Amino acid sequence: MAENSPILDVRGLKKFFPIRRGFLRTLVGHIRAVDDVSFDVRSGETLALVGESGCGKTTTAKVVLGLEAPTSGTLRFEGADLQTLDAAGRRRYRRSVQAVFQDPFASLNPRMRVGAIITEPLVVHEQLGRGQVREHGLRLLDLVGLPERSIDLFPHEFSGGQRQRIAIARALALEPKLIVLDEPVSALDVSIRAQILNLLRDLQARLGLAYLFITHDLAAVAYMSHTVAVMYLGKLVEFGPARAVATEPQHPYTRALFAAALPSHPDERREDVPLAGEVPSPLAPPPGCRFHTRCSAVMERCSREEPPLVHTDGRLVACHLYSPTPGAGPWQPQRAALGSLTSPSFTTGGNP
Amino acid sequence: MDALLEVKDLKTYFFPDEGVVRAVDGATFAISAGQTLGVVGESGCGKSVTARSILNLVEAPGRIVSGTILLHDDFGTIDITRLRPDSRTMRSIRGAVIGYVFQEPMSSFSPVHTIGSQIMEAILYHNRVSKREARARGVELLRRVGIPRAEHRMDEYAFQLSGGLRQRAMIATALACEPKLLIADEPTTALDVTTQAQILELLRDLQAQNGMAIMLITHNLGVVAEMADNVVVMYLGRVVEEGAVNDIFNQARHPYTQALLRSIATLSDEPRTRLATISGSIPHPYNRPTGCLFHPRCPQFMLGTCDVDEPRLVELAGGQAVSCFLYQPSGVSGQASADGEAPSIGSSVDGRKLTDG
Repeated sequence: MAENSPILDVRGLKKFFPIRRGFLRTLVGHIRAVDDVSFDVRSGETLALVGESGCGKTTTAKVVLGLEAPTSGTLRFEGADLQTLDAAGRRRYRRSVQAVFQDPFASLNPRMRVGAIITEPLVVHEQLGRGQVREHGLRLLDLVGLPERSIDLFPHEFSGGQRQRIAIARALALEPKLIVLDEPVSALDVSIRAQILNLLRDLQARLGLAYLFITHDLAAVAYMSHTVAVMYLGKLVEFGPARAVATEPQHPYTRALFAAALPSHPDERREDVPLAGEVPSPLAPPPGCRFHTRCSAVMERCSREEPPLVHTDGRLVACHLYSPTPGAGPWQPQRAALGSLTSPSFTTGGNP
Repeated sequence: MDALLEVKDLKTYFFPDEGVVRAVDGATFAISAGQTLGVVGESGCGKSVTARSILNLVEAPGRIVSGTILLHDDFGTIDITRLRPDSRTMRSIRGAVIGYVFQEPMSSFSPVHTIGSQIMEAILYHNRVSKREARARGVELLRRVGIPRAEHRMDEYAFQLSGGLRQRAMIATALACEPKLLIADEPTTALDVTTQAQILELLRDLQAQNGMAIMLITHNLGVVAEMADNVVVMYLGRVVEEGAVNDIFNQARHPYTQALLRSIATLSDEPRTRLATISGSIPHPYNRPTGCLFHPRCPQFMLGTCDVDEPRLVELAGGQAVSCFLYQPSGVSGQASADGEAPSIGSSVDGRKLTDG
């Protein structure tokens, strides 16, 4: 597998949910949950999607997992357009993309033994004998650092961290290429989080996995990811290398978001609240730049024109502070531009 | 120190059919007026049960087994553990002297009463005022906690508010009778980072305005770093370390506190380096370790000591207190407190240093 080949390539993704009211279920509008979002995920790398609740990050993940059909836009997996795939191709896609969810108390069936839970994807997708399945199960447990005897136990016999390991083992059963991590450590105790984050990092290094990492824990983003996509009300506002975005955010929203992160030491206490008010309703997003109602650097132009995503300081930013040409059209995805962005020279730290 | 509330050797146990759960097993700490005390710990450490004990709201099969909770009020000193939960005195303390903000504002508000009627209920219970007056105060409270269109919001129900507004309304309700002490149990856990920052700022502003004490219960060391003056670290029902917030972050003494601080990722970290971890997981409440409760996970475990005897909370120089054999006075009454230099620990553990300061 090539080092930095994009495994998933999303272009102009839109997902609108119709709002119907009354007896006749008349269409009264759309919730624009995801509105023209483009990104790519590369094997062995982690893309983090961050933003406040309602920004569309979970909807994006659902579309990637095939749980929601996109309203428009294309998703390419290893170069193949998902919409043109036949049944066998779709099956292959679903095998290659797996998920780990937030709450391991809700995501594991309490009536199934661990062995059955983690090998269920194998039983569904492959014809294997009982012995083979068990053998596979033991290998998966070993991979996530659980003892062999766990295979015959039930989920309730495990702590939160161990359950999350079981969920990870299940996600790994079909040797996927991309794993969607939806808040994988938010429900865990503080002393357990580091264990799971380390495990995910090790697995990525060993198996060359790509991660789509959805979280609101900004420190975990800086720690885990290669690239960060910041979303606000269904739009991408900033997209670039994790370290650069976390330490020198450019978009006023990203700045406010990272300034709102809690300090790691009492000496770093902040004086002011970085962002007032609340996210407006996605049913009627503000015109122009969607962030202009809360922005500290708002200009007259912001309420009229929607800012395009432009190249600034080694990343893409959608803000009029950085767009040189007034009245420029909406940003069109350019392979060349994005390619240079996610090229190895931008990945800080490097792969272990 | 003029303590407003003193908790001494509090033990709150639960007695379900299967055995005894020692939810709080000898907690001791104090809170002064105008001060914020951060109570940190992971699930099962007894921080919420401690708060419920202070409010005398421990539900069956649990009860306060021993210890005292002294509330120093204008009227004198009251031991809350001696009051019946439904007594007149206890009810006049709850809400009026001690306010409470719960973690989940959705389940704390009644779904069938308006926000306004619930705030007014608290005001009318503790004060002799007319309904009109109570409503005016309610609107004023909602305005003070930063809820826009407060007049209008009084007549809405909890489900009509967003998470952040609901938590603000919860705080308004807790403040309705100007309590001396506000207990906030994970007040921002369910909220977005930006809303979290707003709520913490609000609590700080309100504290500056009326000088109330805040007992902030959280598992999040970031919240503690942002808010607390003093910190109590709990593990399995016991206080393992306490001290001023800077001391805890700069020179944590207990191996558990040190490990907790090391294990959190920070924004300034080098990306994709290994995080230091704490081995094992929190023991099941029916399966408590002997001796020091942390010994099965402790990197500095001493065989024959930590698994046999229970360490006591010992005060070190500078007011920091720690419950660990690394700091216990040896012998009969030797160096009563390990003054000044503690044994240099932490250096042997792999991983990152505690702080960069």
